[in-house]
Amino acid sequence: MLRNLVFKDSDQEIRLIRGRIIFTGIAIFVLLLVILSQIFYLQVIRHDHFTTLSQSNRVKIVPIPPTRGLIFSRDHVLLADNRSSFSLELTPEHIPDLDATISRLRKIIDIDDASIERFKERMRKNRRFDSIPLRFNLSDEEVARVSVNLHRFPGVDVQARLNRYYPLGENLAHTIGYVGMIDEDELVHLDKSNYSATSHIGKIGVEKAYEDQLHGQVGYQQVEVNAQGRVIRVLDRTPSVPGENIYLTIDVSLQKVAVQALQGKRGAIVAMDPRNGDILAMVSSPSYDPNLFVNGIDVKSYNALLNSKGTPLLNRALQGKYPPGSTIKPFLAFAALQDGVRRLDDETWCPGWYQLKGSSHLYRDWKHQGHGHTDLHKAIVQSCDVYFYDLANDMGIDKIDDAMSQFGFGSRTGIDIGGEASGLVPSRQWKQRVLGQPWYPGETLIIGIGQGSTLVTPIQLVVAAAAMANRGHVIKPHLFEEARDALNNKVISTDKTQEVHMINDVNDDDWNQIINAMHDVVQGEHGTARRSGRGAAYQFAGKTGTAQVVGIAQNEEYEAKDLPEDLRDHALFIAFAPLESPTIAVAIVVENGGSGSSGAAPIARKLLDHYLEEKSPARG
Amino acid sequence: MKEQTLSQRLHIDIPLLFGLVVLCAIGLVVLYSASGQNLSLVVRQGIRMLIAVIFMILVAQIPPMQLSRWSLWVYLAGLALLFLVLGVGYVGKGAQRWLDLGLFRFQPSELMKLALPMVLAWYFSEKPLPPSFIRIVVALVMILVPVVLIAKQPDLGTALLVVAAGGAVLFVSGMSWRLIAVFCLLAAMCAPVLWFHMHDYQRQRVLTFLNPEQDPLGAGYHIIQSKIAIGSGGLYGKGWLNGTQSHLEFLPERSTDFIFAVFCEEFGLIGVIMLVTIYTLIIARGLYIAASAQQTFGKLLAAALVITFFVYIFVNMGMVSGQLPVVGVPLPLISHGGTSVVTLMLGFGILMGIHTHRRLLSD
Repeated sequence: MLRNLVFKDSDQEIRLIRGRIIFTGIAIFVLLLVILSQIFYLQVIRHDHFTTLSQSNRVKIVPIPPTRGLIFSRDHVLLADNRSSFSLELTPEHIPDLDATISRLRKIIDIDDASIERFKERMRKNRRFDSIPLRFNLSDEEVARVSVNLHRFPGVDVQARLNRYYPLGENLAHTIGYVGMIDEDELVHLDKSNYSATSHIGKIGVEKAYEDQLHGQVGYQQVEVNAQGRVIRVLDRTPSVPGENIYLTIDVSLQKVAVQALQGKRGAIVAMDPRNGDILAMVSSPSYDPNLFVNGIDVKSYNALLNSKGTPLLNRALQGKYPPGSTIKPFLAFAALQDGVRRLDDETWCPGWYQLKGSSHLYRDWKHQGHGHTDLHKAIVQSCDVYFYDLANDMGIDKIDDAMSQFGFGSRTGIDIGGEASGLVPSRQWKQRVLGQPWYPGETLIIGIGQGSTLVTPIQLVVAAAAMANRGHVIKPHLFEEARDALNNKVISTDKTQEVHMINDVNDDDWNQIINAMHDVVQGEHGTARRSGRGAAYQFAGKTGTAQVVGIAQNEEYEAKDLPEDLRDHALFIAFAPLESPTIAVAIVVENGGSGSSGAAPIARKLLDHYLEEKSPARG
Repeated sequence: MKEQTLSQRLHIDIPLLFGLVVLCAIGLVVLYSASGQNLSLVVRQGIRMLIAVIFMILVAQIPPMQLSRWSLWVYLAGLALLFLVLGVGYVGKGAQRWLDLGLFRFQPSELMKLALPMVLAWYFSEKPLPPSFIRIVVALVMILVPVVLIAKQPDLGTALLVVAAGGAVLFVSGMSWRLIAVFCLLAAMCAPVLWFHMHDYQRQRVLTFLNPEQDPLGAGYHIIQSKIAIGSGGLYGKGWLNGTQSHLEFLPERSTDFIFAVFCEEFGLIGVIMLVTIYTLIIARGLYIAASAQQTFGKLLAAALVITFFVYIFVNMGMVSGQLPVVGVPLPLISHGGTSVVTLMLGFGILMGIHTHRRLLSD
């Protein structure tokens, strides 16, 4: 108690404390004003700036991918479909530790190394805020397992996407082609806004050629998102416009017959309507499954396809280059009549061989004993080589060059899906340019029977056969029949028959003569393909061709069974039917298939039978 | 003697109570929005506030002389508990700040916010003011021991508030300006030492404060999003429950430390001015109570409690609006959480006690 009695200068102490309290009050007031001024600065002066930031935080423009148009055949079979499937997608921007996230996801569902590799590949090509698929085709169970765990995985989502699916698989792979993930090169040339939500693009075939029609127009939605990037609600929506449905000229039933005919063989078949250029069937064998490419093919499968001996990725119908063999003869014969180099009744003596003046070299006929007296008709029907050696020699390379070119050989047919080879029609200029050598007369003879440097594609053969069938109209082949609006099925555009040019000939009978001869090839008594023409309910015309793969020496015999398979002759055949008003022309090449009459002509018969007989009651 | 009113009999200071109740009401309204309209969470917070108010009234019954006598023991008990928590913390993992008492988690560091100013006010009120140099040094030791213990937990925010509470007593007791300047200088020189003793996340917070845009998706994210919330609120705000920054989860810790950003976003500058006005009124009333206290102990303690209350507000608002580094200091009576509400209300109970136990000399 004594302590409390110690004298304290109360007044001074009270003044001191009061002073400090007043000071404190003022200081607090000033500091609160400082805080308020900062709030004022943020809320009033920089309000617009932060409002913008808040909006861009909150509102995202999300593009809506358009539904890709479907592809149908002329007989309304669905060739390219969109199937909904679930995929697991990651948005790298929202994922703090990508590798950890992926390894945690692997504990929930099965993700193989190849998928991760492809994901990382795609990630390099995409922007950080893009949603990138990691696994496709999730099963319902996998979707469920991922969905319940989604809250643990910011930036991970299950997306329902439409996946391209080709129901016919290998049957039409080369024609329809396939879609695949958009790659870097394509990204550069694309309309970025229209493709902003699109992951796939036509890579080849119809899918590529008609990309613009199939793709459609992108839509947009304004969405409110939360901090994790999840969509909370849709604020505004502009729907996408689906791509057009495309109908092809392909007749699926004929296509299947053609595929069946080439089963296990290497080769190509093209069938075309000679009146308008509609491609009815187009087969390249062996084929591949286009569905493998849709979501990115893995390296192993791709290498397997690439290194396969049968080169399944090659579209032989458009890119396969073959010596035409004897299939060239009707066209040369026509040109000879056209130019007056030969008359119908001009005969050539065929002893089984031919010799140029001043040369000891023997040019052999396929028939050793010879054809004897041979006129143009007989030369075509029996495919007499000597007649055509002589004819070629009389025409000369320049006229042969023109004769072949007028039927479209040596240049691309202009088929609407592109990707075709132009083949080769040799000429003096070509040889000088490429080989730096002059033309030798002996080469002309070889060209006359469709050997030598001449190379044609199956599509060129069918266009030439069609030109013969319709008497001079060289038509551009096409696969596109019409495009229809996906929503109301209205026809938007249809194909138009496009004539490349008309072969002029003063004497219309020349056509009849050649066509008659071709008719007798298959349905005459001595025709090279008479076995394939026997018993047909319709009249048709054709020409066999047997193209040498290896040169046979002067005095050697060609024995197919002695040669390894890939050195055997290619079998070729062209045909059109019915004779009076042809509605179908076909070209068939069977690699190493032996002679045209046995290796290719029977296939043509099957196709024509199917198209003209089995199907005709059903056709309009 | 005059007839006593009910409030006088209960030792309640009506203006202070009114201010606190308004503040609590605002707090619950904002919390409803900030918690994503979680009613049960708001109700629980309301119950905590009610309990805290009851504690406040109970404490208000204690005469300041009694508090003065108890203060050394309270302080020593607080220190003991801090050591205990530190011991338990070593056993457990990471930061250990509380003792689990079932319904309430008791944080000894919270107790220190009251015990330290009490013991210092008692210590200084024993001898005439201004305090001697020796006494100031002793006082500094009394401050530093609990502060170091709390900082070790580690709880930088509470350590800061405890320092503020202790420092406030030193300041109000009339410590000379020259000494204040010297101590500030010493503190500044100690900063590098402190830096090396910081945890990585604490250092990161300081760095982030200095340059938030440096790492907009990492550590700077909180501050940037908080500023966006405040700035986009504008003059009138986006309206209650309409804050997109908070409702779409762009704002971190939006119902606790960053609730002020939610408030700014939804109620705008007008709302902020009103809120700050209420705080100012409470502080003004508190300072008036301090100035009009009859004993030195009461003056020092009341002033220190008010200053601590202000430091809460200042640090929180400064941090949320990007002027101060991020330290875990709640906005008093608005932020969600039980312990700070109880501590604050106990403090106000002491204030009321100091005011209502004056001997009336005027009759």
